Amino acid sequence: MIKTFDVTTIRKDFPIFQTGIAYLDSANTSQRPHQVTGAMMEYFEKFNSNIHRAAYRIAEEATERYEGTREKVRDFINATSTKEIIYTRGTTEAINLVAYSWGRKNIKQGDMIVLTVLEHHSNIVPWQILAAERGATIEYVDIDERGELLQDQFRALLERSPKLVAFGQVSNALGTINPAMEMVAAAKAAGATVLVDGAQGAPHQGVDVRALGCDFYAFSGHKMLGPTGAGILYGRRELLEAMDPFMSGGDMIKTVRLEGTTYHDLPWKFEAGTQAIAEVIGLGAAIDYLSELGMEAVRSHEREITEYAYEALSEIEGLTVYGPPPSRRAGVISFAVEGIHPHDLATIADRDQVCLRAGHHCAMPLMTRLGVAATARASFYIYSQKDEVDRLVGSIKEAQRIFK
Amino acid sequence: MSSAADDQFYREYILDHYKNPRNFGRLENPDISHEEDNPLCGDVIGMDFRVKEGVIEDVRFHGRGCAISQASASLLTERLKGLPLEDAKKINKADVLGELGIDISPARIKCALLSLKVLKVGAYGLAGDAMDEEE
Repeated sequence: MIKTFDVTTIRKDFPIFQTGIAYLDSANTSQRPHQVTGAMMEYFEKFNSNIHRAAYRIAEEATERYEGTREKVRDFINATSTKEIIYTRGTTEAINLVAYSWGRKNIKQGDMIVLTVLEHHSNIVPWQILAAERGATIEYVDIDERGELLQDQFRALLERSPKLVAFGQVSNALGTINPAMEMVAAAKAAGATVLVDGAQGAPHQGVDVRALGCDFYAFSGHKMLGPTGAGILYGRRELLEAMDPFMSGGDMIKTVRLEGTTYHDLPWKFEAGTQAIAEVIGLGAAIDYLSELGMEAVRSHEREITEYAYEALSEIEGLTVYGPPPSRRAGVISFAVEGIHPHDLATIADRDQVCLRAGHHCAMPLMTRLGVAATARASFYIYSQKDEVDRLVGSIKEAQRIFK
Repeated sequence: MSSAADDQFYREYILDHYKNPRNFGRLENPDISHEEDNPLCGDVIGMDFRVKEGVIEDVRFHGRGCAISQASASLLTERLKGLPLEDAKKINKADVLGELGIDISPARIKCALLSLKVLKVGAYGLAGDAMDEEE
C-alpha cells in the first residue's frame, strides 16, 4: 500500500522536528520516525529477550521479529534468499567483513584492487590494510571537474584484470550518482569481484541487487530512518558459503568440540554473539516506512528539494557548489562560500538551529583532489522541506554579513 | 538581528585577526619549524621560530583554517614575539582561550588550541597525546 507523499504529514511522524531544527545532515545520519522508535520500544517493553536460544514465548516473538527484518531487507533489495542477508553494525563493518573474510582468502600478492577517489574512508582503509598485508596494489579512478568518475580510465584499469572493484553507488561528499549498472557489468565482464557501497544509495534510490549484478552490497540502517548499530551486508550465496567467519564465538556455530568447531549455516555463520536485536527490529520498521512511501516517490521528492536548493544556493554571490548538476546528483550539496571557512559557516548556521555539516565528510582523498580542506554540506531526505533550505540561505547571508 | 560589530562570537578583533593575520608567512632558515593538523577538519597550522639567546626573536605562522584557528594563531604569535622561551613554555590553554575572549563550544575547542599545540609539540617536544590528555 503506497501512501501519498506529503512532507507535512511525513514530518508529523518525526518528533524531533518539534524542536524547531532545520535538519540538513541526513547523509550523515537520518532522523527516525516514531514508528521505528516505537517498534524498538515494543521489543524492550513487551518481548525483551535473547534470540535463537530460549524456548519461551517472548523469545520466540523476539526471534520472529529479528528474522522478520531479514525478509524485509531481502525484499527491499530484491536478493534471492535471506541467506544472503547478513546483519552488521553498519556499512563499515560490512565492508570490513568482506575485506577480512573474502579478501584474505582471495587477494594474493601482485593482485590489483580498483577503487575511486570518491570513496568514503570506509571503502578505502579496509582495502589499504588488506593490500599492504597481501602485497596487492590499489588503483583509484579519478573524477572530472563535475565530480563524475572518468569512465575511460575505469575501463582502462579493468583491462589490467583487477581482482576486486569496489565503489559507492552515490558519493556521500558530492552526491554524484555513479552509473553503477554499467560499472558493475563492465567489472564483471573483466572478471572482477564487485562490491558496491550502498550507504548513500539504498536509503535514497533503493537497489535491486540482482539487476545490479554485484557480488557484495553494503549499507547502513541509520541513514534510512533506522537506528544506529544495524546495517546489512548482501553477498551472493556461493561467495558467502566459501568464506570463513569474520567474528567467531556464540551463535555462529553448529557444534563446538575441544578438537574443533563446525560453523552455522548462512546467514548466521557471520553473526557471532548477541546481536543488536532492538536495532534490527527498528530497521525492519524503517524499511516498512520507506516501502509504504515507495522508493520512486522518495527519489522524486529528493530530486525536487535538491533542485530547489541547488538553484537557491547557486544564486548566492561567492558561493561555489561542488559536483554534478542536480539531474545527476542525489540529495547532497557540498559547497564553499568565499572567505568563510565551512566550520564558521556551520557555527553561524547552528545559531539559527540549522544543522549543517562542515568537514571532510570522511573523504579526505576527495577533498585533496578538489584542493580544499573541507566543504560545507547540506543533505536531504524524505522529510526535508523548502523552508529548511530558505533558512540555510538566511544563515549563509548572515555569515556573509559578519565576515564581509 | 545583531550587527557584526557586537556579535558575541565573531567579534570585531577575531575577524580582524582572521582577515589580516599578524606574522603570517614563513621564515627563512628557522631554528624551529613545526606543523600540526586538526584531523577533524583537515585544517593545518605551522609555525617557524627564530630563537636567539633563549628569546623568540621572530615567529611566523602559516596554514589554513577557520576564523577561530587563524585568529588564535595570530594572537599567539603576537604574544610570542620577544618572549623568552622559558616564558613561552608556560603559556597554557586558559591563556589562549582567555586571549580569544569568547565562549568556545566543545566542537570548536580544537580549532582554538591548534596553534598552541604547534607551539608545544614543535618547540618543546611535548607529545601531542600529552596535550590531548590535558584537555
